[in-house]
Amino acid sequence: MARQLMKGNEAVAEAAVRAGLHAYFGYPITPQTELLEYLSRRMPELGRAFVQAESEVAAINMVYGAACTGSRVMTSSSSPGFSLMMEGVSYMAATEIPVVMINVMRGGPGLGNISPSQADYNQSVHGGGHGDYRQIVLTPGSVQESVDLTVLAFDLAEKYRINTVILSDGSIGQMMEPCELPEMQPLRGVSTEPWAITATMGQREHRMLSSIYLKVSDEEKTNIRILNRWRQIEANEVRFKEYYLDDADFAIIGFGSAGRVALTAVRQARAEGIKVGLLRPITVAPFPVQQVAELSKRVQGILVTEMNGGQMLDDVLRIVKGNCPVEFFARLGGVVPFPDEILSEIHRIAKGPLSVDVDPRSAWLDRMAAIVN
Amino acid sequence: MTSQPITEQVVYQRPEALSDVNTHYCPGCTHGVAHRLVAEVIDEMNLRDKAIGVAPVGCSVFMYNYMDFDFVVAAHGRAPAMATGIKRCLPDRFVLTYQGDGDLASIGMAEIVHAATRGENISVIFINNSNYGMTGGQMAPTTLPGQKTTSSPLGRDVEQQGFPIRVSEMLAKLDGASYIVRRSLHDPKNIRQAKKAIRTAFETQVRGLGFSMVELLSICPTNWNLTPVDSMTWLEDHMIPYYPVGDYKVHPAVAEMKI
Ligand SMILES: Cc1ncc(C[n+]2csc(CCOP(=O)(O)OP(=O)(O)O)c2C)c(N)n1
Repeated sequence: MARQLMKGNEAVAEAAVRAGLHAYFGYPITPQTELLEYLSRRMPELGRAFVQAESEVAAINMVYGAACTGSRVMTSSSSPGFSLMMEGVSYMAATEIPVVMINVMRGGPGLGNISPSQADYNQSVHGGGHGDYRQIVLTPGSVQESVDLTVLAFDLAEKYRINTVILSDGSIGQMMEPCELPEMQPLRGVSTEPWAITATMGQREHRMLSSIYLKVSDEEKTNIRILNRWRQIEANEVRFKEYYLDDADFAIIGFGSAGRVALTAVRQARAEGIKVGLLRPITVAPFPVQQVAELSKRVQGILVTEMNGGQMLDDVLRIVKGNCPVEFFARLGGVVPFPDEILSEIHRIAKGPLSVDVDPRSAWLDRMAAIVN
Repeated sequence: MTSQPITEQVVYQRPEALSDVNTHYCPGCTHGVAHRLVAEVIDEMNLRDKAIGVAPVGCSVFMYNYMDFDFVVAAHGRAPAMATGIKRCLPDRFVLTYQGDGDLASIGMAEIVHAATRGENISVIFINNSNYGMTGGQMAPTTLPGQKTTSSPLGRDVEQQGFPIRVSEMLAKLDGASYIVRRSLHDPKNIRQAKKAIRTAFETQVRGLGFSMVELLSICPTNWNLTPVDSMTWLEDHMIPYYPVGDYKVHPAVAEMKI
């Protein structure tokens, strides 16, 4: 199929349509809105459901209802809207139904701004909604990857009956890049899944889907089932990209836009002869634990780079366990780092000295004082 | 003596749509009456096979145990949003929400108003018992001025806590709503009229005529601290004057329906 020049948000929307999206529910918010606008044209054209909801709370609860029918459904939003969706996110996780959600992250907290950010990592990876639950979190670094991960998201969500989040950002959502779209999949008919709420049609016993387990022993069993399923996901679904790591003395770890900027810096450093490589997690949940652990045993230092205050950093530190020094560099609040900034971090780290005893976030904040003041 | 052949005529039985189980409702609670009416109309219209119910958060959260058709349970107040998601995916199914007054008129006010204004082709049974039953009788948006509840112990003070919301009157103003009526469950005559209204509401959906809601004035003897019989009298004396029974919106296409 021919490559097309597409905006990230629209490419995701079209990819979802081609993956057999049956119904979309959303609410306008920059920098995600093109997704909603695109689907407001595209879905009715194909005779599929599109509703602009009255709020993100309503949107996610529409998604909840639609997902209970076993249909392929999706919503999209950006950070403040995602906070409102946390109610439904928790209920859907507890109901164990497949849902795809796109978060085109922007600067926060609060109303923040409409520039790219990665500050909702913890909200998606470590909770956000109440209760014990997990969800798959995929992080694209380009328009093409956004397309591919959208298709994958539906498959994973259904395979494991789990919430699947595409954690994108304002830069990936707004940029235009050539991409190849998937083939159009036919829309499925009424779901035949043994759990789907489709009305009995006189063919079977009635069914019920809910998140209520009044008997605490049932709730405990549900929690354990969810955790065991997560173990399976951890074993089977970790995805990541590696660049120049084979002979690397130093490794950078960064996802999404930050990983992409880091790659440019890594290439420049390599041209200068510095042996540095990049690990770019594609799934931040499940996290590439084994890869980071192995890396930490064979490099002289790791630089974590994010567009937040070190949310993934904490995960990396927990895995590295002092095997090697970990350094941190971030721009945040809607500021995107330049490759040069990361390159000078590489220079700094290559020069040393590095220590496992330094608190990477604290050291970074000290260095930031000169930059932001 | 010659024995006469006995002929049996069934005049009253459990509707098929109502499961043969005991409910958890308090003695005298009208949720049971409302459930039965819903089940009777589902039976009469042969809707059981096509029906999907959306239970609320409130005393009727376990409605799925009492109805013999598919059910989901919404988050508090979100039943109309959930029903929207279901109906948009399965437009030929019959989709029903059943909600209390805390659920529908407080936390879920946005969802009900917008479902109505979109003309969402769903039916809503709205139980107005003037308090939050499940959590132990707190003030609801429908609690009457001066009415004592566990969170308005001196009686609802409209200066501090505002006035009750008349939901049917409010939703009737929306162009998207097709059938909005209020009925009461305090005596047999009113119960029969409530059933007729539920039938009209369900027919509205089945014929694709859009959003329908039946508000049912109900009693909560446990939290009102009254006997069931005194509760019925209280409803008649206090609720009906504030919440008059009546038809607030009947779209001409609904009025023309022959049932
Ligand atoms: C988000 C959220 N807030 C609060 C509650 C607690 N809660 C459960 S039921 C209920 C009140 C329900 O009252 P109503 O809708 O009037 O129905 P009734 O129980 O009287 O039938 C409340 C506040 C909840 N479950 N979820």
